[in-house]
Amino acid sequence: MIFLPMNIAFFSIFLLLLAAALAFLFNRNQKFLIGVCFSMTTIASLLMVAAGGWAVGKGITNQVILPMGLPDLLFHLRLDPLSGFFLTVIGLLSFFVSIYSLGYVKGFLGHRSVTSLIIFYCLFLAGMFMVVLADDALFFLISWEVMAAASYFLVMFEDEKIENRRAAFLYIIVAHVGAIAILLSFGVMAGLATGFQGFSGYTFDAMRATNFPLGWATAAFLLAFFGFAAKAGVIPLHVWLPEAHPVAPSNVSALMSGVMLKTAIYGIVRVTFDLIGVFPWWWGAIVLIFGLVSAVMGVLYALMQHDLKRLLAYHSVENIGIILIGIGLAMIFTSYQMPLLAALALTAGLFHTMNHAMFKGLLFMGAGAVLHATRERNMEEMGGLIHKMPWTAAFFLIGCISISALPPFNGFVSEWLTFQAFLLSPSLPSPLLNLLIPMGAALLALTGALAAACFVKAFGVTFLGHWRGPHKPDVHEAGWTMRIGMMLSALTCLALGVLPTVFIDWMDVLSEQLVGAKIATSATGIGWMWLTPIAHERAAYSGPIVFAGIMAIVVIAYILLHARPAAIKRVPIWDCGFEKITQRMQYNATSFSMPIRRIFGFLFSIKEQVRLVSQYGHRAFPKKLHYHLRIRDLFWGWLYKPVVDASFWISRKVGRLQQGKIHVYLIYSFVTIIVLLVFLR
Amino acid sequence: MILYPFIIEVFQILLVLAVAPAFAGWVKALKCWSQGRTSPGLFQPYRDIIKLFSKDVVLAENASWIFRFTPYLVFGVSVLAGGIVPMLSVDLPLAATADVIALVALFAIARFFTALAGMDIGTAFGGMGSSREMTIASLAEPAMLMAIFTVSLASKSTSLSQMVQVIYSGQSVLRPSVAFALLAFILIALAETGRIPVDNPATHLELTMIHEAMILEYSGRHLALIEWAGMMKLFLFVMLGIAVFAPWGIAASGDLTAIPAAVLFMILKLAIVGAGLVLIETGLAKMRLFRLTEFLGSAFLLATLGMLSYFILE
Repeated sequence: MIFLPMNIAFFSIFLLLLAAALAFLFNRNQKFLIGVCFSMTTIASLLMVAAGGWAVGKGITNQVILPMGLPDLLFHLRLDPLSGFFLTVIGLLSFFVSIYSLGYVKGFLGHRSVTSLIIFYCLFLAGMFMVVLADDALFFLISWEVMAAASYFLVMFEDEKIENRRAAFLYIIVAHVGAIAILLSFGVMAGLATGFQGFSGYTFDAMRATNFPLGWATAAFLLAFFGFAAKAGVIPLHVWLPEAHPVAPSNVSALMSGVMLKTAIYGIVRVTFDLIGVFPWWWGAIVLIFGLVSAVMGVLYALMQHDLKRLLAYHSVENIGIILIGIGLAMIFTSYQMPLLAALALTAGLFHTMNHAMFKGLLFMGAGAVLHATRERNMEEMGGLIHKMPWTAAFFLIGCISISALPPFNGFVSEWLTFQAFLLSPSLPSPLLNLLIPMGAALLALTGALAAACFVKAFGVTFLGHWRGPHKPDVHEAGWTMRIGMMLSALTCLALGVLPTVFIDWMDVLSEQLVGAKIATSATGIGWMWLTPIAHERAAYSGPIVFAGIMAIVVIAYILLHARPAAIKRVPIWDCGFEKITQRMQYNATSFSMPIRRIFGFLFSIKEQVRLVSQYGHRAFPKKLHYHLRIRDLFWGWLYKPVVDASFWISRKVGRLQQGKIHVYLIYSFVTIIVLLVFLR
Repeated sequence: MILYPFIIEVFQILLVLAVAPAFAGWVKALKCWSQGRTSPGLFQPYRDIIKLFSKDVVLAENASWIFRFTPYLVFGVSVLAGGIVPMLSVDLPLAATADVIALVALFAIARFFTALAGMDIGTAFGGMGSSREMTIASLAEPAMLMAIFTVSLASKSTSLSQMVQVIYSGQSVLRPSVAFALLAFILIALAETGRIPVDNPATHLELTMIHEAMILEYSGRHLALIEWAGMMKLFLFVMLGIAVFAPWGIAASGDLTAIPAAVLFMILKLAIVGAGLVLIETGLAKMRLFRLTEFLGSAFLLATLGMLSYFILE
């Protein structure tokens, strides 16, 4: 049969590689390249959505062994519902972003060559798809590295800026430290699967078939979690993320934040639920705690930012945290043999994976449109863009509502499911967990509310009020391809929020594959309109009624109030009799977050300086005030600086071996040979 | 038979629309009496709303569609929420639309848009109000969730009609956990509805106003909708508290004959809660903004104590 999901996936990857080759060959005609290559990636992504959606919808598993790779180490590929789900997530966002790129990348024409951007964009997409399809450790790691390297070059794209080079360097270091941990984890599992003599344990099938002893399994899990957490930007391994994501071109930031981080989530789910399979509860607790810390700290750091893209990057840390909360709870429930509750928590986590891809992609695309129009990333300068860019503002607003977990959009549904999973934790047979897990629910509530505050700030300062900067640029609305890309993801956010039951019905085969229970039968127990996890006496939420109800009342109120013609008088704002009101007097990003900065200040390293320039040499006659505020990540000083210092210290000590004299080196070789002869005879 | 719940539902929504201003008037009148002033009467809020509806709208030059859309949205959310909280009967068709968590989120979306509208004009007051409102909301949210968690432990549900039924059927009279949750809920409700000691609904002083600062630029029918929605929000929080903690008198089934009694009970309870609210508001002064962390922190602590006492005592 030729029409298997796997074959469609192959064809899609082939198209991506072909597009990369085309970009390499037709370097001269840049405009033509943008049109052709991004059209090809659009088609390829759509094909991937079809392949993934089909595999999940029908619960199909395809396995293929490619006659490639090293001798005896052939590439194994597998498309099961879990990889199908992630293919759909990645494919859907890259479909939107590819449409958006058709317009966005044109902005670089005339400044620089976009060939490298296109080549690495295609390779990046292909790498992410292959990671998800891989079914052996070797091919997984090769794809993982393709993805990491391609994204490194994408971050480096505008390499004349020093911040890009620095961010890319930091990124590649963290990515490789993570990759080493993943490699070691697979090594442990492969070694236990077949013993350390043969190589046949490198396939995931062999690992699945093995029952690992607890000690080794824990080692493998911790290594894998560390490695994937470094990629996902889990606190405290997040420092590269707010550096690298903002400096990349915005279409790439959308993909990196929206879906590249999700490959790490895929890795965690694949290793724990599928490859290892049986685990104690405290593995779940580890994941849950890291998730909670990432969620709360991520949103607090985001609140302190005034660079629009950096703010969004910190929100990715937060949302990865929320996803990990769902997965951690699912692990705890699984270890206590409560498959139905585990299915609920896992569905919440994976649903949030999908949602975060959609709204974070949308927000980065919106930020890209703003950047494109104003050439400005600093929110303190912006304001009033809603009048010049009405479409972008509307789409960005939808992204803001979704990420703030407000009904009837999609972010709310997955956070609501996570809350329900939390509320079911009292049925765990462990008093300690019963008392501690509710605290997690409170932290999640704090996260949601702070995220809403942060996005009131982000949207309010960027799009509302007046332009705050000294020179007002000539702002223009984004082109139509960019608008279509944003519109499609905004509509997806709404559809997922209003009709979550349809989506959960579709993805339910996943929780059956991983934890052995379905929630769809109960989730849609009283009709497709109501989402009722576990039972409808327990809790229910109806997206369609909330959306239609609010809209109906809004329309009725509007019509009733406009039956009688009442004039709207447009007047200048009331300045309280103080005539010289200026645009600098508006609240800006820093002042908006000031109360929160004061309350949670102990979590940051804040340096605040006020310098007074006085007339006549006395404080009583002030002329000017200089206010300087610097907020830094605490983890940099706590964790990274010591590590960096220590590695420099060690390398200096080791460097003493280097004498630069040939006879000293000969002695080294001689001693080495003697030692080897003595011990390894 | 199957039609009765729908009739009750429509009746309840109309009741919320009609009674909410009277409740606000009642609180205001009691407050005036307790402070030795002459009250404007129970019906002053109605007169205010009618007057505002008939006035023209004065809009700032750079107000965007968000500023004009917000009043309608806030109003819509409040009306929808009015159909969800069980007041007269447990058997409401809309009750399954949202559980407590979703209900809180509904109010959150109204707040989100109000805060955006505050920033839309570009005055310092609007931004100040938005910033403070969002800060207070983010501190209140964990406490709110903890209170919900504690109550849902007893009723094994977050669905409002289910919670009401469990408490109503007397399975949980005088539980310590519920008592703690009630205390926490009162503190949170004061913060959420912007009453003293968190915010003063009567003030227009620059440095103390929070909610009023956000809606300072509104006029005419927009202001009328926002004021009306604000009264409904206060009313709904009171009704939410009554439903979850003292639901006696509510109709247990979708039966029309029980409704008049339920209405009477509701009015009686509203009068009592209004008097309690006035006692709090006249007895306390407004807190400094940064003292509110302690206020909401104690709400969180109370809710947590409630949860602990559930696991330890019950």
